Amino acid sequence: MSILVNKETKLLVQGITGREGSFHAARCKDYGTNLVAGVTPGKGGELFQESVPVFNTVEEAVKETGANTSLIFVPPSFAADAIVESVDANISVIACITEGVPVLDTVNVYKYIKEKNSVLIGPNCPGVISPGENCKVGIMPANIHIPGKIGVVSRSGTLTYEAVGQLTDLGIGQSSCVGIGGDPIIGSSFVDILKMFDEDKNTDGVVLIGEIGGTKEQEAAEFIRSGFSKPVAGLIVGQSAPPGKRMGHAGAIITGSSAKASEKIKSLASAGVEIISSTSNIGITVKNMLNL
Amino acid sequence: MNIHEYQSKELFKKYSIPVPEGCIASKPEEVKDIISKLGSNVVVKAQVHAGGRGKAGGVKVVSSLEEAIDVSSKLINSNLVTYQTTSEGVPVKQVLIEKVSNIKTELYLGMLVDASSKSVVCIASEFGGVDIEEIARTNPDKILSKSIHPVLGLQPYQARQLAYGLKIPGSLVRSFSTILLNLYNLFQENDCSMIEINPLVITEEEEIFALDAKINFDEDALFRQKNIYGMRDPFQEDSREIKAREADLSYVKLDGNVGCLVNGAGLAMATMDVISESGSKPANFLDVGGGADENKVSEAMQIICSDSEVEHIFVNLFGGILRCDVAARGIVMASQKVEMPPVVVRMLGTNADEGRDILLKSGLKVKLVNNLADAANELKLS
Repeated sequence: MSILVNKETKLLVQGITGREGSFHAARCKDYGTNLVAGVTPGKGGELFQESVPVFNTVEEAVKETGANTSLIFVPPSFAADAIVESVDANISVIACITEGVPVLDTVNVYKYIKEKNSVLIGPNCPGVISPGENCKVGIMPANIHIPGKIGVVSRSGTLTYEAVGQLTDLGIGQSSCVGIGGDPIIGSSFVDILKMFDEDKNTDGVVLIGEIGGTKEQEAAEFIRSGFSKPVAGLIVGQSAPPGKRMGHAGAIITGSSAKASEKIKSLASAGVEIISSTSNIGITVKNMLNL
Repeated sequence: MNIHEYQSKELFKKYSIPVPEGCIASKPEEVKDIISKLGSNVVVKAQVHAGGRGKAGGVKVVSSLEEAIDVSSKLINSNLVTYQTTSEGVPVKQVLIEKVSNIKTELYLGMLVDASSKSVVCIASEFGGVDIEEIARTNPDKILSKSIHPVLGLQPYQARQLAYGLKIPGSLVRSFSTILLNLYNLFQENDCSMIEINPLVITEEEEIFALDAKINFDEDALFRQKNIYGMRDPFQEDSREIKAREADLSYVKLDGNVGCLVNGAGLAMATMDVISESGSKPANFLDVGGGADENKVSEAMQIICSDSEVEHIFVNLFGGILRCDVAARGIVMASQKVEMPPVVVRMLGTNADEGRDILLKSGLKVKLVNNLADAANELKLS
């Protein structure tokens, strides 16, 4: 078991013939993901790696291959269109890797997707991996993951790898790892992912990695307090960041006191989350929390 | 991206949002003409992007031509230091001179992309003139907000609700609603991320206008906002930040002595925290990004080294898309161009062994560590 992506996943990659798209599509396939199709307008009829059919439209790809999951690598100005195209083709899980999508585009897409049955991860995220299911829908380095029972959810890419690396070093495997994205508005929040981990029988505990900016971590704390059934270890980064400056992620800017790292830590701690005191202690905190 | 108050007010005028009568001066000699036009009861406002101008002496009310020239001469070409700037401050190149108004009521009006409701939200309060944070603390029930549907847009009834909620005089409800609807159009058409009018004033003469104006734009949308991009004022930014942006690097200058080079924004923030925990202070935030090549890493390293406060550098890379051997070559390349302080390097992930090998053989003063705890110790010792 896992969340979002698994052995049933039939992946299509939007932007499969681009530099990033082709590189990562190949790596997802190598990991064992069932890559069934690619989509690049104008390249329909070609084959990717001599085996994966490329289509002009998502609709056509779904009809021909039964694809149910999409991974998006198109440039920022086309990202909203790509997401909506997948939604309209009834794709159930959409991971948008693209960084730099205008926030007002995401506002429109978010409103639309909530009326539909699709789940959007991102934009500006590393995607999702379920090691026990040999399924990777994203850009994370596969070799640092091992199968297990810890769920990881984070706003950051490389920091997720850092967390996974520390867990794996201690022999603690992962059920699924989800990078929800660094933008101020994203398709799935911590709460959405926590709900999935709560229902997943193969997840025994969760590592939640947040950062300065917004109030997503406080919303997560509220949800955990209201009855999340599994132990959670939480790390908030950006304690040393000055206010008013964007720290790389468009969402990482302290605009009010609730967006500060200290407020987020307080809120998570009061919800019973085991606070990870330093980025170097992620693995050991989880180990102690679960008496592993 | 930020723009100056006078630029924000020009945009307001374009969208028929009333602002006080005023002129911009970039030389003290221009003040005389402006005063003859506006009269001598004016306010002189330093044009800088940083907040906290008023308290730092950047906004002065004057009542004679001599005083206006005196204040303007002192401000123009000076550096203004506010709580939001470094100790060097930011340069003042212009002052905005505006007619003083007979203020009866100060209101707060803001519009921003709200992450919680995932929509654009309009915020208003009858307690204008102070920070919205301050109002939230002292009078939370006096903050009104309306969430705007992205397809329908701001509805006139929502604007009226806010107007009545703010107890705006009946004769001004229509003007207020128009201002709000125009403001939303400005927000949408220019890809704003925040507009703040604090205060929006009602005068004794029952006029309503934006006394101050602050607009932030979505950096990610600038590719389709060429006019807005053209308003960027490089003098308000650190020269290294400009250089970094040109090299497509995400860099923010901070005031510590340990430079850091990291891939990924989250890991970069975590690295800054680790440096702080070790008792030092980070000199910068720097994310080289996923697809960096040797040149980009070299450029990043040179930007860090050009900061004279940097005494040590911490390179923290988790190779994924970025290959560590490529990064290592970039570091060596930079060392041939600039003087480099001692470097602590931690490399993991894709081609990390090759990367370390390249650094070891380069003859650079490099200390290789395996994890963040060791890196923190190393920085503590240095």
